[in-house]
Amino acid sequence: MSSPYAKLPAWADYGLIPLINLVVAFAVAGLVVLMVGENPFRAAAIMVEGAFGSGRNIAYTLYYSTSFIFTGLAVAVAFHGGLFNIGGEGQAYVGGLGVALVCLTFDSILPWWLTFPLAILGAAALGAGWAFIPAYLQARRGSHIVITTIMFNFIAASLMVYLLVGPLKPMGSMAPQTRTFLEGGQLPKLNWVMELFGFTVRSSPFNLSFVLALVCAFLVWLVIWRTRLGYEIRTQGHSPKAARYAGIGEARIVIITMMISGALAGMMALNPVMGDQARLQLDFVTGAGFVGIAVALMGRSHPAGIVPAAILFGMLYQGGAELAFEMPNISRDMIVIIQGLVILFAGALEHMFRPSIQALFASISPRSAGLAAAKREGA
Amino acid sequence: MSEAAIELVGINKSFGAVHANRDINLEIPRGTIHGIIGENGAGKSTLMSILYGFYQADTGDIHVNGKSTAINTPNDAIAAGIGMVHQHFMLVQNFTVLENVILGAEGEALLNKSIAKARAELIRLEKEYGLEVNPNAIIEELPVGLQQRVEILKALYRGADILILDEPTGVLTPAEADHLFRILGQLKAEGKTVVLITHKLREIMAITDNVSVMRQGQMVATRKTSETTVEELAELMVGRRVLLRVQKEEGKPSDFKLSVKNLTVKDQRGVTMVDNVSFDVRAGEIVGIAGVAGNGQSELLETIAGIRKAEAGTVLLDGRPIDVTGAADPGELRDRGLAHVPEDRHYVGLVLPFEEYENSILGYHDHAQYLKGPFLDIDAIRADARDKIEKYDIRPTNERLKTANFSGGNQQKIVLAREMEKDPGVLIVGQPTRGVDVGAIEFIHKRLIAMRDGGKAVLLVSVELDEIRSLSDRILVMFDGRIVGERDSEASEGELGLLMAGVEAQEAAE
Repeated sequence: MSSPYAKLPAWADYGLIPLINLVVAFAVAGLVVLMVGENPFRAAAIMVEGAFGSGRNIAYTLYYSTSFIFTGLAVAVAFHGGLFNIGGEGQAYVGGLGVALVCLTFDSILPWWLTFPLAILGAAALGAGWAFIPAYLQARRGSHIVITTIMFNFIAASLMVYLLVGPLKPMGSMAPQTRTFLEGGQLPKLNWVMELFGFTVRSSPFNLSFVLALVCAFLVWLVIWRTRLGYEIRTQGHSPKAARYAGIGEARIVIITMMISGALAGMMALNPVMGDQARLQLDFVTGAGFVGIAVALMGRSHPAGIVPAAILFGMLYQGGAELAFEMPNISRDMIVIIQGLVILFAGALEHMFRPSIQALFASISPRSAGLAAAKREGA
Repeated sequence: MSEAAIELVGINKSFGAVHANRDINLEIPRGTIHGIIGENGAGKSTLMSILYGFYQADTGDIHVNGKSTAINTPNDAIAAGIGMVHQHFMLVQNFTVLENVILGAEGEALLNKSIAKARAELIRLEKEYGLEVNPNAIIEELPVGLQQRVEILKALYRGADILILDEPTGVLTPAEADHLFRILGQLKAEGKTVVLITHKLREIMAITDNVSVMRQGQMVATRKTSETTVEELAELMVGRRVLLRVQKEEGKPSDFKLSVKNLTVKDQRGVTMVDNVSFDVRAGEIVGIAGVAGNGQSELLETIAGIRKAEAGTVLLDGRPIDVTGAADPGELRDRGLAHVPEDRHYVGLVLPFEEYENSILGYHDHAQYLKGPFLDIDAIRADARDKIEKYDIRPTNERLKTANFSGGNQQKIVLAREMEKDPGVLIVGQPTRGVDVGAIEFIHKRLIAMRDGGKAVLLVSVELDEIRSLSDRILVMFDGRIVGERDSEASEGELGLLMAGVEAQEAAE
């Protein structure tokens, strides 16, 4: 029996329900804070203050968000093709290699604005390449993409450890990282944007790749909803049988979709590697690939949802770090719990409140009650 | 007049703003067979779901055997002596008949006693109603007709006095359907009450005592079957006069458009589904393929359309081969003038979450008229979709609506509009009117005839024998993957029914 409820208007579907999920997630998180003996309201205040309280804090929040926009888009594109790309972490990691190789080669001879497009290509190419192998195995051999992309995360990690303690490490250095890039391998910071709004920012990692992330969000929208390729990806994602019927080659779509996804994940590396640390470090991805899954779920795989969802997670990262600093009882792990709760309610339990909200809408606003219900009664 | 087995008084049920059942009053006398007919969406299933406890009515009372009874769950319904046989069987495929029958009524932790009891009961029921079925047979090895019998046994085993059957003959051969009707007659003779939900008017006329007609959530009429006619019932269902039999001229077949030679197709398990099949379809004729569902028609259609790979054989389209054993591409076949209306419009012919206009180009999305470089020409696509909506009377007339929100008949029209408007030389059609209401059936049939009269070759696969007989110029009957006979459109239903059941083939083998 399908649930006999009305369809929701778009604003409720994309605005109200995520908001309710979020409020519940924070309420439960508040209870956890209470259990460790801290005041949840003060904790919330510190968190919001830590994320948005000053120009520097906002800049940090947006810096984290940048990474999440890239990985969120990566997961979303794969979702549209009916694929679950869990390999964003590894694709971003290997994408970092692309950035580093470009920067190490050209930073002494080119200005940053010439290195940047090359680094974009490098990151995208290596991310896409890393996604190509699982995609090929899925398309031609039927190896399940969830399994293979997870395994490729581990392979990526091992590969990068090898490269960073070996070939890429400068002679004589003790740290598992590349040399620091010169001026030509560093992206300009966007702190001046904050200053336009009257904030003062002494230093933050907030950089130009944020703009690239927004451009990518727009491009993803354009490709998915406005091109023939996007049409084919969505058809394949919704109904592989219909795609077969329409003469859309499944293998081709699986491979192209995963390579776009991998390229987006790979570009995430631009933000920390070229925008902040100016060197390739061990484990620079720090889970952003996985956060991308939550961001894509929460943003309903639409760029207009992914950008705010990424900013929310940026806030949790930045505000959470401040919270751990201010409240000694709340450790870094507590922050992970809060983030986990958000993921739980926004992602896994996304539909928990839907039926009751739909019933509510049906009773107060009959016109919004869709034909979907009408259809179901049929003989 | 005997006492009412079921009496529904003032039943109302709304889903949001949709009033699915409106002030329904219905009295079903005990010991009768009562038909309920209506178009898709008329509210038949909702009403039966209320009676069986899947939904609760907003207002209204249910009386069973004269007593007001609250039915909140299917268990309440079973306790009140109501049993239901669903359209899609609820059987555990790898259990035996006996195990399925006791499912949910197992009794104690150890099964030996309840199995013994069930076995004795099954033997009794078998004697009483002619419901023969081997208690130890595994469900998945039984033909559909017997599986349905197990469903009926399940209901009777639970003490059902009132049996609701939802579209019971959709999956049966005419012979199996006849057998089912004999069983129902037997049940009636034993004093049981049968409620039959169907959209096949002929069945209503054949076996019911009374018939109630639903339209748009309301019970518009109840008639004694002996005092009504098919024409009257059809008119009551639709609310206007309906042409039940398609008017058509004699066909004028000319050139060979589609030739299938020695085609053999296996499914994923390696079972031969299409076995050495050969036939031709000419321009200006409709060739119908009759057969009980699952005898290879679907695979045949899919193979010709390039979706499924053949094991051996050739298919010629306009004299040029289709690479059916290799890399046939549905997109390329479309360009060569082969249009395909698939059997399963929900998952193959349409992408239900898409907006209507997006589906109006499925398969033709690479045609230049819909593209601007790599981009979709959204304006052109929507204008084109609006044209088709008008031309094919698709409702609601909104190309931005999600396809899932259209009714079955309108969804089918979306597919037909897309495939026919490209003016293909060959049209292959699977189950064009499955789950489609009477009004739309008439429209679709007229369109198919118009295609034929326009000099196109039409290959039609349908499990509705009436449809095959009224549309086809020639009828091929498929049984067990083979074409077991060819008849003209004058062939009697009985003759075709025997062929569909494989009788002739078996005799020939012996």
